[in-house]
Amino acid sequence: MSPDRRQFLGWGAAVAAGAALAPAFRLIELAQARSPEEAASALQRWGLLIDITKCADCDACVTACHEENGVTGHGRPRTDAQWIRKVSLRDKRTGYAQTLPLMCQHCEHPPCVDVCPTGASFRRDDGIVLVDKHTCIGCRYCVMACPSGARSFVHEAVSGQKPDVPRGQGTVEACTLCVHRVDRGETPACVEACNRDGGKAMVFGDLSDPSAEIYRRLRAEPSTQVRADLALNTGVRYQGL
Amino acid sequence: MASVHYREIEGDSGGYYALLGALGALILAGLGAAWYMEHNGHYVTGMSNRIVWGMPHVIAVFLIVAASGVLNVASIASVFGRDLYKPLARLSGLLAVTLLAGGLAVLVLDLGRPERLIVAMTHYNFKSIFAWNIFLYIGFFAIVALYLWTLFERRMNGYTRRAGVLAFLWRLVLTTGTGSIFGFLVGREPYNSALLAPMFIIMSFSFGLAIFVLVLMAACRGSGRALGDVVLNRLKNLLGVFVAAVLYFVVVYHLTNLYIARQHEVERFVLWDGGIYPVLFWLGQVLIGSILPLVLLFSPAVSRSRRAIAAAAVCVILGGLVQLYVLIIGGQAYPQLMFPEKEVTSSFFDGVVAAYAPSLPEVVLGVGGMALALALTAVAVKVLPFLPQSLADSDVNSATA
Repeated sequence: MSPDRRQFLGWGAAVAAGAALAPAFRLIELAQARSPEEAASALQRWGLLIDITKCADCDACVTACHEENGVTGHGRPRTDAQWIRKVSLRDKRTGYAQTLPLMCQHCEHPPCVDVCPTGASFRRDDGIVLVDKHTCIGCRYCVMACPSGARSFVHEAVSGQKPDVPRGQGTVEACTLCVHRVDRGETPACVEACNRDGGKAMVFGDLSDPSAEIYRRLRAEPSTQVRADLALNTGVRYQGL
Repeated sequence: MASVHYREIEGDSGGYYALLGALGALILAGLGAAWYMEHNGHYVTGMSNRIVWGMPHVIAVFLIVAASGVLNVASIASVFGRDLYKPLARLSGLLAVTLLAGGLAVLVLDLGRPERLIVAMTHYNFKSIFAWNIFLYIGFFAIVALYLWTLFERRMNGYTRRAGVLAFLWRLVLTTGTGSIFGFLVGREPYNSALLAPMFIIMSFSFGLAIFVLVLMAACRGSGRALGDVVLNRLKNLLGVFVAAVLYFVVVYHLTNLYIARQHEVERFVLWDGGIYPVLFWLGQVLIGSILPLVLLFSPAVSRSRRAIAAAAVCVILGGLVQLYVLIIGGQAYPQLMFPEKEVTSSFFDGVVAAYAPSLPEVVLGVGGMALALALTAVAVKVLPFLPQSLADSDVNSATA
């Protein structure tokens, strides 16, 4: 056996070992962020904290959401879909005015999921409430059931869809908490835009992770839920409401 | 029972074919409307993201509620043993099936994805009252068909009572399910009440009997069969009781809400300042749908007149449609309560009364469903002996004696 041949075998063994071990190193690297192949886990509960005292009179979150998810209108406000909207509040007695973004509240006990006849409306283990576009029959019972009016029915043909965000005429849709971004370890588009262009009012994170900012703030500061009386345990929490 | 003779209608007159032709045209128009809505998307209707259930749902729910109620006549005969009603049981069972078919056709054709009906048949979420209803509707068809078989087949007559009891219980559960579609909506103030389930049951008694009376009068007239005062007056009095019972439930429902501070705004909306809805409530539901029929049915001056009975039944049907319009459309038009004590505005029509006007395709689809129910009935009474040969007082009395 010539040294060349021996050397060649050595390199070959090294390459083979590297090829065998690399995925393992890659797995370690990915251990922090869930890989797309891995199922959502109940160890996490994704949520938002929105401090409306910082919510500026802008709609950066709305624009970013609809851009990210390819939600375009047809100039028909009554039937165009809105995944997130700015809501203005004025106290009936004092006149105190506020503004806040409102979207799917990603409830732990979502009424939309309860009423859906086919199970198309569902809640992932990590708390994100979604619509399966393949099994939604377009009955709109979930729109009737949603306490925060967060769902839209797609009233006409859609164009310009994003590969990560399937949409379809005749089905119901709503905020997905940018599930495609969350699964890549990123934050939802609205949160990113608010922190870049808005009032830095939104925090995204894992409600069950003691090291997360959202966890610490919810533990230390007062917050409220929309329709808290319904005891739905929403994933979206508000401050200053 | 043995002395009641049933016979198919001749069904070869010009009037019969004109009726079938007219109903067929309405069915075709309904199918065309459904195609137009599905092809373009629902933006061509009056529905929106705030009023997601429109005119098709008003008519579909009316037909489904009436379908279970119309079976009452059969139940009175077979479950409660009232012989006078026995000659009417076959027609009662037939209408129960055809009205349900008409209502479900409308409901399915209004879906965003009607071609996915197979998905609804194969994927079930058993916490959904809608999913239960799919079973309840299919079961209703099967059980009423079984019941009709026991009526038609002499050897099966011994099982009529058992099948009748099963159908009666099933229809009570079915209408409970229909009412609970609204009763289980926790996030909307106008619904969210257990009272809706029994209210829908009593509504079904009333709407179903009104349709039954009209169909029976038309069928007897059209086929030249006698319809005596004994049968008609019994049905008339029963209809009056049902109309009064519906009114009672409506009063209790609103009185309860008026007592609860949180519900005051809803009541103001429906009863006083909600635009078209208080007008529909007082004029349509209360005056035309309840008071006028009660006067027509019980006033000594007119109540013996057949025209008055027919007019009362028409009023009950119109009032019933209005009642469901106020409940279904008005209930969605009223803004959802999300932020108590706040005025709410947004580009998504939060905090304001949602606008809705029924569009032509919606109405045509709904009317097509009604036409389907009547056409199926008209064909069935020609093919099978659903109608008794005579309901003349002498025949009825001898049959039940």
